[in-house]
Amino acid sequence: MKKVLASALGMILLIGAAVLYVVQARGGGPAVNARPVVSGRLALAPGNLYFRNLAEGPDQGKLAAVSADDPDGTRQVGNLMCDRFATARSTSICLRTKAGSLPPLTELLVLGADLAIKHQQTLPGTPSRARVSPDGKIVNWTLFVSGDSYAASGFSTRTGLYEVDTGRLVKSIEEIPVFVDGRRYFASDVNYWGVTFAADGNRFYVTLGSKGKTYLIEADYRRYRGDAILQNAECPSLSPDGRRIAYKQKNADGSWRLAVLDLGSRRVTHPAEGHAIDDQPLWRDAGNLLYALKRDATTDIWSTPITATGTPMMLVPDAASPAIR
Amino acid sequence: MYLAESRSSASTKVGRRGRRAPANVVALGVVSLVTDISSEMVTAILPLYLVIGLGLNPLQFGLLDGLYAGATAVLRLVGGHVADRWRRLKAVAGIGYGLSAACKLGLLAAGSSIAAIGGVLALDRAGKGIRTAPRDALISLSSAPESLGRSFGVHRAMDTVGALLGPLVAAGVLWASLGDFDAVFVTSFCVAGCGVLLLVVLVKDHPRQGPPGAVPIRGMLKLLNIKAFRRCCGWAAALGLVTITDSFVYLALQRRWDVDTALFPLLPIGTAATFLLLAVPLGRLADRVGRWKLFLAGHVALVVALLMLCGPAKSAWLAVAALCLHGIFYAATDGVLPAVAGPLLPEHLRASGLALLQTGQALARMVSAVLVGLVWTLWDLRPALLLTTGALLVVTIAAAVVRPWEEAR
Repeated sequence: MKKVLASALGMILLIGAAVLYVVQARGGGPAVNARPVVSGRLALAPGNLYFRNLAEGPDQGKLAAVSADDPDGTRQVGNLMCDRFATARSTSICLRTKAGSLPPLTELLVLGADLAIKHQQTLPGTPSRARVSPDGKIVNWTLFVSGDSYAASGFSTRTGLYEVDTGRLVKSIEEIPVFVDGRRYFASDVNYWGVTFAADGNRFYVTLGSKGKTYLIEADYRRYRGDAILQNAECPSLSPDGRRIAYKQKNADGSWRLAVLDLGSRRVTHPAEGHAIDDQPLWRDAGNLLYALKRDATTDIWSTPITATGTPMMLVPDAASPAIR
Repeated sequence: MYLAESRSSASTKVGRRGRRAPANVVALGVVSLVTDISSEMVTAILPLYLVIGLGLNPLQFGLLDGLYAGATAVLRLVGGHVADRWRRLKAVAGIGYGLSAACKLGLLAAGSSIAAIGGVLALDRAGKGIRTAPRDALISLSSAPESLGRSFGVHRAMDTVGALLGPLVAAGVLWASLGDFDAVFVTSFCVAGCGVLLLVVLVKDHPRQGPPGAVPIRGMLKLLNIKAFRRCCGWAAALGLVTITDSFVYLALQRRWDVDTALFPLLPIGTAATFLLLAVPLGRLADRVGRWKLFLAGHVALVVALLMLCGPAKSAWLAVAALCLHGIFYAATDGVLPAVAGPLLPEHLRASGLALLQTGQALARMVSAVLVGLVWTLWDLRPALLLTTGALLVVTIAAAVVRPWEEAR
């Protein structure tokens, strides 16, 4: 009888503790933005840097903009919540997790020139990468999904794209014929992630992961086929002149570092950035890269020259998913 | 030579009188229900937490998955053996439940360190591996031999209710806490703690029986000298080798009927709901017509489901029927197999025997997944499914014709 009473008391305490924790978590968010913010209408303007605002406060998680000349200045936010954001020409893409959905769902928003929603789609998974082709005609994304592969309960990625003009949706590019060393590659565990398109809106690059290896795939959208051109290269990002690819390269310890491939000479160089990074880099201009770096429970946006002797510097604190106009 | 449970054993006195399942079985069902709520809460939010909450790349965890599955199989054997050796089924099951409960707080403590999170997830699975065999042994020892099928059915149904509730509770906590992941882990820990306390209070350990003296580690392998049990293990493993993994079934269904990807997560819920509804009725039926027969009939249901997925007809009702048949397959096999094997095993080695049986079956299914993956790579998903279906039909017929042992009813 004593045991029963003690256990009943224990259960009441446990349930009480859980309820208390949930209640205190409700009021946990700070009422003031940790970094200064002005609210209003957010617009696309040249010279602006766009990102996901991670600074604590009521506007955490919203899409924010600062002037690229004054990245530490006051952040401008609208009402748009985005986990990943990318923009080119008159098209932008915003990925965000749908609140209250388990297993997680992602809302995909295709935005027009005024950041108004032109197309909306719900897809299963958690946002990972998003890009817009330089001509603004194709948006693409990568989501993490769980339990997709036969290896059960593991994680996998699903990459899809959407043609803005025609409305054609490819939910997953996993069925694209791919050739490794000239031979058609087949495997049941293929994963694709991190797309980057060339200026012609047809040539694109993407990571293929399979059997513990990753390949950089150079693909032709209209012919819908791809060839592996490099191993151990993930999350490619094509330079504005289309001649180099920045990507993340896996180290022996499982972390990643930045690398740059010259498509002409096939030479790989490493920027001076020594931190472990996990992001799809973005070309700020012909000689500099932007990327998010983890700092404790938050991330900051950094910038580094692609040369081995440059000095990386923090550009925007408490921010992720950079995009530039 | 060990004797199979004789009809004159004390437990027969309970006989067929009660329509209600034994209190201890219901108690174990309650513990599993509560524990499954806790663990499925975490499973449901883990990808979101890792990616959005911590900014980590979940592919870094997926790669270790095969290793985890193997480790769980080995730990199940260890759990079964230790439980028999100490003659304390409840205590060993409790260690497993307690370890998994502690891991929920471990996830909070791990912060954003990849190594720590991976370690905590591994410990969580270790807890699951340890507790399975002693728990199933307790179920089988707590019920009359005539109603084992029903008892396992009751347990599996309650277990599935917990698994279905978990994501809902997690979503509720996320909603109430305004999206605070830590609140989900804390709640999950508290729920798991309640599960452990319920185990302590409600579940009675089985009194010590069997020959005195320590159980040697060889005892487990010696069980294979029991002809009927050896054949049971052999056929269960052979069937496991040609049983298609769930995700292939869902993938085939999704491709065939072009199921909207947003609805994809609902497919396993369809299977689980059928399993939940039919676990008890089919367990009772197994007790009446013969458990091994029903176990084989369950595999026939899977064959029919797979033929529907690969056949020429394309009505949407076929997809629903295939999902129901998939659930029937689970209801007719998952709890029925330990009910088949229980009476073949001496009481003092019940946990070891069930661990051996289920580990063999699980390893065979892992091999099957790899083989189907290979065939898929070479040809395509449909030929891989058809080939497995054919093999499954052949092995099921063979098992029915050979009739591994005469089943007492």
